[in-house]
Amino acid sequence: MALLSVKDLHVSYGAIKAVQGISFEINQGEIVTLIGANGAGKSTTLNTIAGIIKPDDGSIEFKGESLVGVKAHKIVEKGLALCPEGRRVFAQMTVAENLEMGGYTRSDAENSETLEIVYERFPRLKERMNQTAGTLSGGEQQMLAMGRALMSKPELLMLDEPSMGLAPILVEEIFDIIRALNEQGTTILLVEQNASMALSIADRGYVLEVGHISKTGTGADLLHDDDVRKAYLGG
Amino acid sequence: MTFLTQLLNGLQLGSIYALVALGYTMVYGIILLLNFAHGDIIMVGAYISWIVMAKLGMNPAIAVILSVAGCTLLGVLIDKVAYAPLRNAPRLSILITAIGVSYFLENGAQLVFGADAKVVPPYIGVSNIKVAGMSLSLNAILTIVVTAISTAVLTFLVQKTKLGKAMRAVSEDMGAARLMGINVNTTISFTFALGSALAGIGAVLYSMAYSQATPTMGIMLGTKAFVAAVLGGIGSIPGAVIGGLLVGFAEVFVSALGLSVWKDAVVFLLLIIVLIVKPTGILGRTMSEKV
Repeated sequence: MALLSVKDLHVSYGAIKAVQGISFEINQGEIVTLIGANGAGKSTTLNTIAGIIKPDDGSIEFKGESLVGVKAHKIVEKGLALCPEGRRVFAQMTVAENLEMGGYTRSDAENSETLEIVYERFPRLKERMNQTAGTLSGGEQQMLAMGRALMSKPELLMLDEPSMGLAPILVEEIFDIIRALNEQGTTILLVEQNASMALSIADRGYVLEVGHISKTGTGADLLHDDDVRKAYLGG
Repeated sequence: MTFLTQLLNGLQLGSIYALVALGYTMVYGIILLLNFAHGDIIMVGAYISWIVMAKLGMNPAIAVILSVAGCTLLGVLIDKVAYAPLRNAPRLSILITAIGVSYFLENGAQLVFGADAKVVPPYIGVSNIKVAGMSLSLNAILTIVVTAISTAVLTFLVQKTKLGKAMRAVSEDMGAARLMGINVNTTISFTFALGSALAGIGAVLYSMAYSQATPTMGIMLGTKAFVAAVLGGIGSIPGAVIGGLLVGFAEVFVSALGLSVWKDAVVFLLLIIVLIVKPTGILGRTMSEKV
């Protein structure tokens, strides 16, 4: 059984149909990526799974349980976390407080344990724990956003554009971390505009085009697919 | 002597404005709503005290407890009934609703209690205490002490507790807060409860000072406190306290100069000046419009 299975999902903003009947699956332990151009519906799909947007139609099942109609704050408790596009850290709160918010649904005892793991993964966050998040650099903010999402100990971590706006060296670092998290057992759903990076670490990928899935395959297959190369990898 | 008395009066009045301003600022901070019904909650609190002490002849301590509890419940109820259904509506709709709630409370009170003023009996028997040979108003001292404690407790709640941190998270980014597993509606209710509890304390302190309840008493008090919140920088807790004290001092000193007909005008003039010089208020941050 798939960890997450999305079937025939339809989502719209008013009259605009952003997602028109997509289906995909993620198995335990995989890195799966959704790639596609701006406006293809990638972020919409993640936000719908996380419960921020209500779908018009279709099903979303996580560990065999339907997520449609479940409130966003309840979905986190089920073991599914979204690290949103643009990081969205709480800029006026300290790094430590941001992480504490990430573990909001869990007990203090669990959080202090998870906090150690997060600080070990992101030593720079520990150094800056008492700084307000707004004073961090872009790369540090991305690390904070990921660390914050990890505080809920998710089985499935959804990352929306984690490399956006980062210098190439930081992009490498972020992708190394994603791979390491996956090796330690976190299943990952990755949405990226940086398709070549995403496909290079993904087990499988889905190509989204204006609300439809146009192609699917293993990361390596898609990386070498002519159409994908032309459209998303610059030839 | 007179100066000291006036200083104490200014602190007393300013403390009440500060308590009410805190409610405005907290609600604005979290849902960007100017809760125009906030002043009227104080009016309801004053009537509760009147009922408990004058009608039922019960102990003033019970009046205090019931006034604060009543205001707290009323604040949460107003949010649930009138504002929560409009959470995703344009901001103007909810603002107009707040004005509607305000009229509803004022006219409801007039219907139930009549338009004439009701005399709220004194909460405490002694009115003055002697400190170092000077006779000082016990009401004023109590008001200042209670406000200081309330502000300290509120600051602790907001800065250090889990729910307080959730409030700050929701006020910064409601969507991201949801993704953390924060129940946004509960957090907003908690904010209304805190703000309205402060309004309840304000109601007790206000009726201690002025001993009467009228259906429209919340209008000017609410407006002045709103001015105080904007002066200090709306959304800022220390700003609300500073703004409240400034408005209180301005009123008392203008009155002391024999210009008491001008006291309201001076408060609003102060607002105009601050808005020209520093539009975000004394401690206000420039906030970027949320999208």
